[in-house]
Amino acid sequence: MDLTIQHFHALLPLLITSITLIAVMLGIAWKRDHALAFGISVIGLNLALFSVFIAASATPIEVTPLLKIDKFACFYMALVLASTLACVTLIHAYLGNEPGKGYPGNREELYLLMLLSAAGGLVLVSAQHLAGLFIGLELLSVPSYGMIAYAFFNKRSLEAGIKYMVLSAAGSAFLLFGMALLYAEAGSLSFNGIAALLTNSTAPALIVEVGFGMMLVGLAFKLSLVPFHLWTPDVYEGAPAPVAAFLATASKVAVFAVLLRLYQMSPAASGGWMSDLLSLIAIASILVGNLLALLQNNIKRLLGYSSIAHFGYLLIALIASKGLATEAISVYLMTYVLTTLGAFGVITLMSTPFTGRDADALYEYRGLFWRRPYLTAVLTVMMLSLAGIPLTAGFIGKFYIIGVGVQSQQWWLLAALVVGSAIGVFYYLRVMVTLFLVEPNLRRHDAPFDWGQRAGGMMLMIVALLAFILGVYPQPLLSLVANMGLG
Amino acid sequence: MILPWLILIPFIGGLLCWQTERFSNTLPRWIALVTMLLLFGFGLLLWITGDFTQAPAPGGDPVWAHEFQVQWIPRLGITLHLAMDGLSVLMVALTGLLGVLSVLCSWNEIQNRVGFFHLNLMWILGGVVGVFLAVDLFLFFFFWEMMLVPMYFLIALWGHSGSEGKTRINAATKFFIYTQASGLIMLIAIVSLVFVHFDQTGVLTFNYADLLKTQMSRSTEYLLMLGFFIAFAVKFPVVPFHSWLPDAHAQAPTAGSVDLAGILLKTAAYGLIRFALPLFPHASAEFAPIAMWLGAFAIIYGALLSFAQTDIKRLIAYSSVSHMGFVLIAIYSGSEIAMQGAVVQMMAHGLSAAALFILCGQLYERLGTRDMREMGGIWGRMPWLPAISLFFAAAALGMPGTGNFVGEFLILIGSFPVAPWLTAIAATGLVFGSVYSLIMIHRAYFGPAKSDAPLAGLKARELSMVLGLAALLVLLGVYPQPVLDTSAASTHGVQMWMSNALNQLELAR
Repeated sequence: MDLTIQHFHALLPLLITSITLIAVMLGIAWKRDHALAFGISVIGLNLALFSVFIAASATPIEVTPLLKIDKFACFYMALVLASTLACVTLIHAYLGNEPGKGYPGNREELYLLMLLSAAGGLVLVSAQHLAGLFIGLELLSVPSYGMIAYAFFNKRSLEAGIKYMVLSAAGSAFLLFGMALLYAEAGSLSFNGIAALLTNSTAPALIVEVGFGMMLVGLAFKLSLVPFHLWTPDVYEGAPAPVAAFLATASKVAVFAVLLRLYQMSPAASGGWMSDLLSLIAIASILVGNLLALLQNNIKRLLGYSSIAHFGYLLIALIASKGLATEAISVYLMTYVLTTLGAFGVITLMSTPFTGRDADALYEYRGLFWRRPYLTAVLTVMMLSLAGIPLTAGFIGKFYIIGVGVQSQQWWLLAALVVGSAIGVFYYLRVMVTLFLVEPNLRRHDAPFDWGQRAGGMMLMIVALLAFILGVYPQPLLSLVANMGLG
Repeated sequence: MILPWLILIPFIGGLLCWQTERFSNTLPRWIALVTMLLLFGFGLLLWITGDFTQAPAPGGDPVWAHEFQVQWIPRLGITLHLAMDGLSVLMVALTGLLGVLSVLCSWNEIQNRVGFFHLNLMWILGGVVGVFLAVDLFLFFFFWEMMLVPMYFLIALWGHSGSEGKTRINAATKFFIYTQASGLIMLIAIVSLVFVHFDQTGVLTFNYADLLKTQMSRSTEYLLMLGFFIAFAVKFPVVPFHSWLPDAHAQAPTAGSVDLAGILLKTAAYGLIRFALPLFPHASAEFAPIAMWLGAFAIIYGALLSFAQTDIKRLIAYSSVSHMGFVLIAIYSGSEIAMQGAVVQMMAHGLSAAALFILCGQLYERLGTRDMREMGGIWGRMPWLPAISLFFAAAALGMPGTGNFVGEFLILIGSFPVAPWLTAIAATGLVFGSVYSLIMIHRAYFGPAKSDAPLAGLKARELSMVLGLAALLVLLGVYPQPVLDTSAASTHGVQMWMSNALNQLELAR
């Protein structure tokens, strides 16, 4: 096929991200400089983010059989790029600027890895072919191993990296097996080809269902849905805080976007045992995630379990897959990304500059309000948003999920959501009230006093403000998302 | 245009309180006081100048004394729709009054983080006013949930650590989880109602006036009504869902208890009258006997448990359960007199419970305990406070001449023709009421004194608060007509919904 200028427009975000990452790589080879690597990454990501608008004007368009850029893909590209950008600013704060202080090893490669991972995310959200899906997923995951283990002299970080690598590889194996089974039946790897097979046959063959089931397992590993969630708390705890933020946001968003595409054409969308199985996974994720989060004293582990529960909520909309479902998923992911970035952002700033261990024990946050009131306000908004309390973006997301659940009459899932939220409130409030208690005498970590004037701090303020504004006036987001359906 | 300001004033005032803390510890108190006086003043102004002869009633669109509507989230048919009728103006005025009192009663009690305390206090009241004014179901739920967070902070950060093994954070969390979980059930019911309406008309809207016209099958209506009822029952509190209340009260600071008993519980009664009954009249009529028995049970059960308490604040908390039982009976009786009585009872209980909690707070400031076994003989040790407590205890047991008597009397007289046996049983609650009220006075103020040291007398601020409340309560007791007139149209409308449905139910049988 011919590549026209239109195709290049549509590909701009991916192209710019790739150029940026090559520039960062060459920069490192030429002269190691933290500020330079950071500068190039930020400029490149901003350009890529703006180019999403250009790409959106060219949609929908097929670029090679592997990728299809539509409005849906554009929305998720923007989400992935924006969260990567946020994580990059966090990394800059986290690694530290001055030589001798902060992270002792080479700092610049983390940007490289993150950009590479983001490029994978961009491919993934626009994949319309199983090969595209696999390339995107691996491009997203493989750099993550390096990022998680980036603080390799820290035993936990190294352990987390290896754990993630092994389990992720296992997930990929499931995914590949599933793809092979689908190919055996359909004779095609493109989504359209598989969908055509499914619409032509009245009852899907067992091999197709098993194929889909195995792909689901593979993706569930990445999304840390119960019972494939076991890696999540350990990896979140071990990974450097900004990397954990990336894993929880950009990486999961991209995987969920492709899951949504896949699901819409799979036999599960029309009911049957796969739909029941997914419901079971959703209920288990909500309950297990929330219940285990109750027991945590480590805030990163707590957020890990809470993200398991949140993806359980998201599955409700996925299972509904009618009416408002796509819209609800987009809104929920958007609010979830904002909130998670905010929460991990506060942890990052508290651990800034790097001292070998992150400030992730809950007691280190005791009485933070009396030392860093605005930082505390940010974390409070984030906790309320995760709990889905009005005035925050999280409420709008939860409202949408409930709306979709009611519309498709998934009463059991809604019951799980109510129970899960009630349990969830308990530990979110626990974190929140800790911030306001009397200070302990012992202080190990604190954010620098001028955190608000730095890039990471400013990003955090914007995120918190957005979480508040979207909670009070969500109309702009909703009308944007309403036009972003699968095309 | 005045309605959004009623909500904005407390929110803005709260932010000012928070920010002015850096200048002085007293400034936030004054700002909070001025804010609440403004709210109270606007409430009174609206009450005096408003025309409350019309209110929502079956057939036709609801008519309001004041209305305010702007687009908010058109994608989902949600508008910022505020409206006021006689019932809401009374509740807003009560909120303003108790707001003033809760600022005054924490003047000495709260000494640390004054600005943040008042931020929370103001935001609770702002949320409550929002609940009383919202006529868009999404907006209503928004405020309903929003007032939880500051209340949680109030209890968790400024509360008293109560009896052993019960920390204030646990009490606050319990309060939050009960209300949040039940609130989500209501949200599901709201959304279901909206989608039922959407399926019929193709219009997605959360507007009260439109949703009133929704046609539902019997079982759907019943289920949705239950969804609303559970949320309101938790806040009310109706007996199986009440266990958060004594804990929250016992651990809350005085201002928190005043707000909790005085107005937060009223939001539930208001919600039933404004939303649950008109939206689901048939289901409510069908459910009415159950709800009334729950109310009667709450009256007796609350009174008995109240009698068994040793913590004076827990005693008053259980007495609230008992008094709100009367309101529940009245709301579901379908009698206009009883419903009028419910409004008076809500006002009277708001005033008397607030006063009792303020008195407890003053006692606690002097004695450092709320345990009645540690008290005794206070009558001889300080002037004024015991006598005023006696007055409010008498008011709580329904002494003629106080607003509580008018409320309970109207409720009993109104519901007797509907359910004579139940009313008779409920009336025994008055007897139990005298038992626990008097036992409280007896244990705390009479009997052998634990110490002879005289206690500090009441300051002018403290005295004027409780005397003012006493005067208002007597005024409500001897001349309740203005309140009855103001709420007449609202209660009449709701009663029409209820009696229409009850008549249909009769015919069907």
